[in-house]
Amino acid sequence: MAFIERTLTEAGKPVRKARKPSLWSQAFRRLLKNKLAVSGLVVVVFMFVICFLGPVFSPYADNKINMAAMNRAPSLQHWLGTDRLGRDVLTRVLQAGRISLTVGLASMVLSVFLGTFLGAVAGYYRGIVDQVIMRIADLLLTIPGLPLLFIFGALLSDWKVPTDYRMYIVMLMLSLVNWPGLARMVRGQMLSLREREFMQAAVVLGLRDRRKLIHHLIPNLVPLIIVMATLNIGGAILSESVLSFFGLGVMPPTPTWGNMIDAANNMIDFQQHPWLWIPPGVSIFATVIAINIFGDGLRDVLDPKMKR
Amino acid sequence: MSTYISKRLIYMAVILLAASLLIFCLYALTPGDFISGNIKLTPERKAELREIYGLNKPVLERYALWMKNAFQGDFGYSLAQQKPVLSLFNDYIWNSFLLAAASTFLTWFIAVIVGVVSAYKQYSWFDTLVLVIVFAAMSLPSFFIGLFLIKIVAVDLKWLPPGGMITTGSNATGWAYVKEVIHHMTLPVIVMTILGVGSLTRYFRTNMIDVIKQDYIRTARAKGLKESKVLFSHALRNALLPAITLVGFELPALFGGSLIIEKIFNWPGIGQLYMSSFSLRDYPLLMGFTMLIAILTVIGTLISDLLYHIADPRVRLH
Amino acid sequence: MSTLLEIDQLNTYFHTEEGTIKAVDDVSLRVLQGETVCIVGESGCGKSVTALSVMGLLQGTTGIEIGGKIHFEGEDLLSMDRHHLRAIRGNEIAMIFQEPMSSLNPVLTIGEQMMEPLVEHLKISKKEARKRAIELIEQVGISRPEQIAKSYPHELSGGMLQRVMIAIAISCNPKLLIADEPTTALDVTIQAQILDTMRQIKAESGMSILLITHDLGVVAEMADYVIVMYAGKIVEQGEVTALFESPKHPYTQGLLKSKPVLGQRQDSLYSIPGQVPNLLDLQPSCYFYERCEHCMEICRSKEPRLDKIESSQSVACWLYEGAAIHA
Repeated sequence: MAFIERTLTEAGKPVRKARKPSLWSQAFRRLLKNKLAVSGLVVVVFMFVICFLGPVFSPYADNKINMAAMNRAPSLQHWLGTDRLGRDVLTRVLQAGRISLTVGLASMVLSVFLGTFLGAVAGYYRGIVDQVIMRIADLLLTIPGLPLLFIFGALLSDWKVPTDYRMYIVMLMLSLVNWPGLARMVRGQMLSLREREFMQAAVVLGLRDRRKLIHHLIPNLVPLIIVMATLNIGGAILSESVLSFFGLGVMPPTPTWGNMIDAANNMIDFQQHPWLWIPPGVSIFATVIAINIFGDGLRDVLDPKMKR
Repeated sequence: MSTYISKRLIYMAVILLAASLLIFCLYALTPGDFISGNIKLTPERKAELREIYGLNKPVLERYALWMKNAFQGDFGYSLAQQKPVLSLFNDYIWNSFLLAAASTFLTWFIAVIVGVVSAYKQYSWFDTLVLVIVFAAMSLPSFFIGLFLIKIVAVDLKWLPPGGMITTGSNATGWAYVKEVIHHMTLPVIVMTILGVGSLTRYFRTNMIDVIKQDYIRTARAKGLKESKVLFSHALRNALLPAITLVGFELPALFGGSLIIEKIFNWPGIGQLYMSSFSLRDYPLLMGFTMLIAILTVIGTLISDLLYHIADPRVRLH
Repeated sequence: MSTLLEIDQLNTYFHTEEGTIKAVDDVSLRVLQGETVCIVGESGCGKSVTALSVMGLLQGTTGIEIGGKIHFEGEDLLSMDRHHLRAIRGNEIAMIFQEPMSSLNPVLTIGEQMMEPLVEHLKISKKEARKRAIELIEQVGISRPEQIAKSYPHELSGGMLQRVMIAIAISCNPKLLIADEPTTALDVTIQAQILDTMRQIKAESGMSILLITHDLGVVAEMADYVIVMYAGKIVEQGEVTALFESPKHPYTQGLLKSKPVLGQRQDSLYSIPGQVPNLLDLQPSCYFYERCEHCMEICRSKEPRLDKIESSQSVACWLYEGAAIHA
């Protein structure tokens, strides 16, 4: 309750003059107190570790086709069973995780970079620069995302892009669709920051543009960017899985969680061999929920006002 | 206000024009067309058909023609279905609307109630539970949860049909038909509700938490009003106000169908129509669908803004 | 005059992550019928929290602990069940707040907000309530009452809104009006008008007022009895004339010294040195010792008791040790 908080801060006003650790370490300590967020972080780290290290310890990491062990149900030898080529599903899920996590992470970095850069530039310079950038963003936001991704995916297939490269192009596609939303947010934040006192002070001091931008505005955007970035990874992993599921993203033999669920498009596998498609689905779910919960915890400690 | 609206309308038209050009070029860029996909045709016949459909003309000329027709209310002719695109939309869009309307209603209903209660009891175990469920709902891959529920509820337990809108070969009419449709739509509606309810609940919870902290809520309590009145008459009204803008944003979802859900549940909606036309490269239909969504998005945004201006007494006057 | 409100050893603590804040620490006070009692102090001294505790508006806050007794007409508000308390709130005890601009609901009209307590407590019809609301708006000195009833809060000025708040507060003829810094957010000229309105209503209805302020000018104008709070505790209390003529506690003396006096030329206005102490986990002492020019050894280690040293004045200060009157 605001009035209580007000009385509290009022009552606690002198607290502020007491020695306080830096904002970041304070935020970190508050984050550690949020059990939900910490458990989210633990799950995310766990997923990354087992996906990147797990296959090293798997006896089936070579993905050899084994006709003698096709479509086996989960057992002690194959914890999650085998697929129709006799490959170990658990090993495949972990290997797929590497790709899915990498795609999610990389496309996040790219779209956050694009979104932050374009949004900050638009919000800072305003005028014609702002107009051009934001009109392009409006245009991209008007075109429905999924059909746009489908067109790109179809283009890739028709141009016979080698499977090895598809992964990188999928990253590009996802960032292309994602940046306008981020740019809008950063621009909005930028516009409100511009009006704050400390920026006015920078103007009075006659600091040069780039210096103002880099030293005064960007640090204030960092909390927003960190939170957006975190939540964006989950979204990117989900989008990649949708594309790959419809055969328009990363293609086999490169496994991703999305294209492994493609097994469900086969009636027999869907009904009789659920171990082929349920584990990758659960992996997506577990990873994304962990990322979202962690991201929300981050948002709480870094910028409570930003809650949406 | 009227200059504001007319400015907005002009900008909308410009954006839509640019979007249509971009989409048209993208679809034109996609190699292969409806005719090349048909292996039964001889090369001569293919060339002939391309001539008839105007597929061998330059992209910009085709776009100009499409645009000209679109202005006259003609969004082209589906090559695969041999029907005008608009009449096809009319056939399918109401099926999509049925699913979307049912799930939107359920989503809002659940989200408002759960959001309000959870905000009121912030930090209680109920609130924590709601938060975890909200995150779960927001983190589900739509196609996977669809498949998973089909597998469990339809295939294994056989409680509900796995897909379609009516039982194959059925010619039920009247009440029997309605019951059959409800039976078939239950599962997809549940899935769509699960997928949508997370973020909306969170939205209402956050709004409500902000509102409960306001001074005027304290005043309402100081007046000795019942807690239910404080919550639902004073707080909820203020929390719902920003949500009015969401109504506009629901527009594309209401009429644009859901590509993934309709595909997975084999629901004869406009999204499913798009998905099947996509593999056939039925460009007029793809173009028409994409533009339909774009138009709905733009109109929805405008409606949101206008509704906000109408609903908030603080904004209304200015 | 009989006692209307009696606060007995009220403790309101906030348990926070950093420790316990004793916002109100062992406060006892009385408000007699028809009397105006002023609580004075700097921000953060616990005066608002005292008022909110009386209204029961703090219950349900995370980490709060309220102890002691608050008797209103002989009934303990703190141990009362929710429904009973609600029937008193807005009816027999009403409250107005510091920020009139944010204290009214922006999406409801003034009229709607005025009618609510009337319908709730007086059980009258909406039509009658509307009529009564318009009369009340007129009573607090606003012209065109019909039109005001139909307008939304953002269409009125702060002074008008505070009048509306007063109108809402007095709508059910309360026996006690709690006013928490009612004029702080307003312009000086408007302040005087609002105080006038309050005095006038008090004269007409004979209600008691518990007025919370940091402004000694307001105290001088309104109070019958004054309570000075510092860091959650009462340091001095007494009848207004006695207290203004011979303030006892060094803090009260400081407060009065820092008030400009008309006709007296001063080079610079006195201000009490130092700051209010951190309320987190305070050790037993006189909380004012750091800022006090008469600070003694005992002040740092032992808490002074509030003792009656004159017939109409009590003080909690070691300087007056042994001066207590034992009645």
